[in-house]
Amino acid sequence: MKRLSDLLVSPWLTLLLTALALLFPWLSGDEYQIYVMALAFVWAIAVYGMNLITGLCGQLNLAHAGFFAIGAYSLAILCVDYGWTFWPAFFAAGLVGALSGLLVGLVSLRLKEHYFSIFTLCVGFIIYLLLDKWEELTHGSVGIMDIPAPDGFGLVDFSETLPFYYLALTFLILAIWLSRRIGRSLLGRTFVAIRNSEELAQSLGINPMRNKLLAFVLSTTYAGLAGALYAGMVRFIGPAEADVSHTFDMIAYLLVGGIGTLLGPLFGTLLITWLTQTLQFLEAYRMIVFGPLLVLLVIFMPKGLVGSFLFWRNRQLAREIEANGKQKERDHA
Amino acid sequence: MKGGGTVQLFLQQLLNGLTLGSIYGLVALGLTLVYGILHVPNFTHGALYMVGAYVAYVVTVDFSGNYWLAMALAAAVVAGLAVLCERLVFNPLRHSPPIHDMIAAIGIMLFLEALVQMHWGAEFRRLPVAFEGMVDIAGLNIPAQRLLIIGAAFSLMLALQLFLKKTMVGSTIVALAQNREGASLVGINARRVAMLTFAISGILAAVAATLFAPINLVYPAMGHLLIMKAFVIIILGGMGSIPGAILGGLIIGFAEAFGGFYISTTYKDVIAFVLLVLILSVRPKGLFTRGIR
Repeated sequence: MKRLSDLLVSPWLTLLLTALALLFPWLSGDEYQIYVMALAFVWAIAVYGMNLITGLCGQLNLAHAGFFAIGAYSLAILCVDYGWTFWPAFFAAGLVGALSGLLVGLVSLRLKEHYFSIFTLCVGFIIYLLLDKWEELTHGSVGIMDIPAPDGFGLVDFSETLPFYYLALTFLILAIWLSRRIGRSLLGRTFVAIRNSEELAQSLGINPMRNKLLAFVLSTTYAGLAGALYAGMVRFIGPAEADVSHTFDMIAYLLVGGIGTLLGPLFGTLLITWLTQTLQFLEAYRMIVFGPLLVLLVIFMPKGLVGSFLFWRNRQLAREIEANGKQKERDHA
Repeated sequence: MKGGGTVQLFLQQLLNGLTLGSIYGLVALGLTLVYGILHVPNFTHGALYMVGAYVAYVVTVDFSGNYWLAMALAAAVVAGLAVLCERLVFNPLRHSPPIHDMIAAIGIMLFLEALVQMHWGAEFRRLPVAFEGMVDIAGLNIPAQRLLIIGAAFSLMLALQLFLKKTMVGSTIVALAQNREGASLVGINARRVAMLTFAISGILAAVAATLFAPINLVYPAMGHLLIMKAFVIIILGGMGSIPGAILGGLIIGFAEAFGGFYISTTYKDVIAFVLLVLILSVRPKGLFTRGIR
């Protein structure tokens, strides 16, 4: 038991997970499963974005699916209507995600707690309605079809499932790596300080507005890039991408995995995606299971899987240290 | 509708605004009451509204019951459901960070919607109009149902105001909203008041649903847009403020009726949200609030 829990926090875990992810296509061998996994990776990238603003910085952003859709639509419109190739449009989508995040953040982050959440809920709805109604730009409710797959420069064909799987995995690893760098830097600690108490952080000389804005823009950039990748994978998008139910899905992923932890978003997304797959027959009614699950988790296990594990481990360690200390005292005596 | 001059059209919109505004006001009132007591933005409220409409639908259509009976039963069921939510979910989460209340409320909302959708499907239904016919006032043809909505909504608001101000039980709610510790010191049972508040908010939601459903549609996601607008209203009116909720409801109702008619029908539903974004950009604390937060 002790060994296992040591392994789970050691650098070996990273290697193990990476190896598993690399080998997954061979382990499963089923193209559909590889497709589902790649899709889960794309969502996980967006969830990592949400983790930055909601997990680290403590601001529940309910417009996250809106920014995801903005990224997807930016890529689709640039490629389909303006004839851009995939990669320039992909980075442009990230930029659009960042800029729209900056605009929304400048206004919304002046609000606190519930006000911020409700405001972003409204922003998400405005984004949805714009995508649905602004037909000249977004093709309206019919959506955009024939979005090109990522450009493989003649070397690989990303419209195939397997190459796309590795592409998504690469971006996911980059996303996690960046999240880790941010989380362990002074910046990440600043975010956590703001989450714990904005007033206290301010009294330490932290500028809450500037840091919250930075976290917000980072998170919407993640969402924008994930959305663009999604558009390149699914190759057909509609206004439903911005629906608030996607935001709620992402909150569920985040909460199940462990809000504010490094690996929580990954585990949460993968676990729920596979649960949903095995509960296929529930597809439309999955919320009958996930709704109460969310409530139970929030009441009994608010730290999520990863968070609860870390909490449990830290307590074990503390006990051990205490026991060792007592042992030494006894030896001295 | 009997065409007519611009004045007639204007009056027609005024009436539409008043109808919408009184429904919005009722829903926002329930939301603001709960916020005043628990400081929880109750996302469940929209789902409770939806459940109210379905209960009324079952009573009137499946059992061909009386409209008023349907309203009473809807109110009873939803009030019970709201109290259950308070007991099982919001009470245990009293001391958690606010983000947890919100997520739990969202969880209940998703659950109720999926449940209703599983049983009745996602299709649109219509509640029969309780009062057919038109009433002629000052050359203006008014559907009786709309008059009923306006009349019932405002009587209910008045009744609630009297209950909160003039009765002992009502004033315990106000006391708890003003100061939790103080209320406990003078012997107010916070538990009972919280349950009572949730029951009242459930009744308001169910009555609003039964009133509005005959001129609108009944479907599992019917509460979504309404709850978001109700949030806009209580932010405008100041969270926890009762007159603010009523006034905010009317503002949004009129803005939608006139905006939808004179500006653009396509973007009618955006008006409330754009209004919120504009107002909060200028006044981050809401329109009618004073002091901190």
